[in-house]
Amino acid sequence: MAEKKSLLSEITKGLIKENPTLVMLLGMCPTLAVTTQAKNGIGMGLATTFVLLGSNIVISALRRIIPDKVRIPAFIVIIASFVTFVGFILEGFVPDLYDSLGIYLTLITVNCIIFGRAEMFASKNGIAASACDAIGMGLGFTLALFLMGSVREIIGAGQWMGMNIPVLHENPMLLFIMPAGGFFTLGVIIAAVNKIADKKPPQELGCHGCPNASACAQAGKGGCE
Amino acid sequence: MKDLFVILLAAMLTDNFVLSKFMGICPFLGVSKKLDSATGMGIAVTFVMICATAVTYPIHHGILVPNGLEYFDTVVFILVIALFVQLVETMLKKCIPSLYSSLGVYLPLITTNCAVLGVTVLNIDNNYSFIQAIVNSVGAGLGFMLALVIFSGVRKKMEYADIPKAFKGVPATLIAASIVSVSFMGFSGLFS
Repeated sequence: MAEKKSLLSEITKGLIKENPTLVMLLGMCPTLAVTTQAKNGIGMGLATTFVLLGSNIVISALRRIIPDKVRIPAFIVIIASFVTFVGFILEGFVPDLYDSLGIYLTLITVNCIIFGRAEMFASKNGIAASACDAIGMGLGFTLALFLMGSVREIIGAGQWMGMNIPVLHENPMLLFIMPAGGFFTLGVIIAAVNKIADKKPPQELGCHGCPNASACAQAGKGGCE
Repeated sequence: MKDLFVILLAAMLTDNFVLSKFMGICPFLGVSKKLDSATGMGIAVTFVMICATAVTYPIHHGILVPNGLEYFDTVVFILVIALFVQLVETMLKKCIPSLYSSLGVYLPLITTNCAVLGVTVLNIDNNYSFIQAIVNSVGAGLGFMLALVIFSGVRKKMEYADIPKAFKGVPATLIAASIVSVSFMGFSGLFS
């Protein structure tokens, strides 16, 4: 019973309390790049969830075999293989989504959420817990992307999931679907999360999940402390 | 010659990797607090981008395409970049210690920088020739450095600003980035 409960908590923690994008501030590049439409946000989120699930399970299963010194290249190969696989599936079954995600699909390989979870969780925990962690984190990421995509699509294009929104549709604020609007929306959403959670706002990016944290701290002198 | 110049300027200004393609956001927000670290990171990224393109382009066209293995691009490219960065780090440490002490610390950060993988994949996707690919990498790297340097100046001013509590830290930085990005939109009519 206790086992079941803890597995469930692995899933739910990723959704809100440790939401990878909005609270831990990982994986900013895809969050900003593909969220011009809510639909793309969901597609990107699910693709990432799938890669995360696969890589977490495999890395967790191999965690005693992979030597510590070569773990980063080993993780990269495992993750890149899953990304290639997802690319094939999307190209075959949902070519529209494949086209609109474009290069950002390939760049899932270097998404820090996947790397961070491999390093922080999968390489230290069992297969079942890692799978649950992956599902929770992936869904949390999807939720954040969907939220970003909805805000940007409603304000910037006057549409939502293909439906026209009255008034806004005639006078969309184009800026919101442009790159600048992406930065702005994400900033405001994170600020809103800070306000609601009433926690001490994060001063820096989610460095604790980043495999480069130690190198960054060295380089930073004001980077990631 | 003219199209090379267009590629260079486009990669630097109109399609700036950080501000309009959202690649390399982590170092953009993480290492842009001080001017000298922003410059160092920019130079290191430019260097690795050029070298990574010079290495992955022949691999793609010389080994993967003739054997019908283009779908291995992602796996091969990321491994080559990871190995290459290691190699450069070791060589710099041995041969040019002075350069290593100023650039070396940034090198491990670059392996998982999406801008580097992004530029190598884009060079292939756009069917560039070898020269065009190299020029595109130079432009992308310089654009990255330009964005980092400009942004470090903006952040210095921000340290003295009185920002509402919820916006302190990352949210304010993102909104500042949004305004810098608006200024780069001014370049969008440059080539038409």
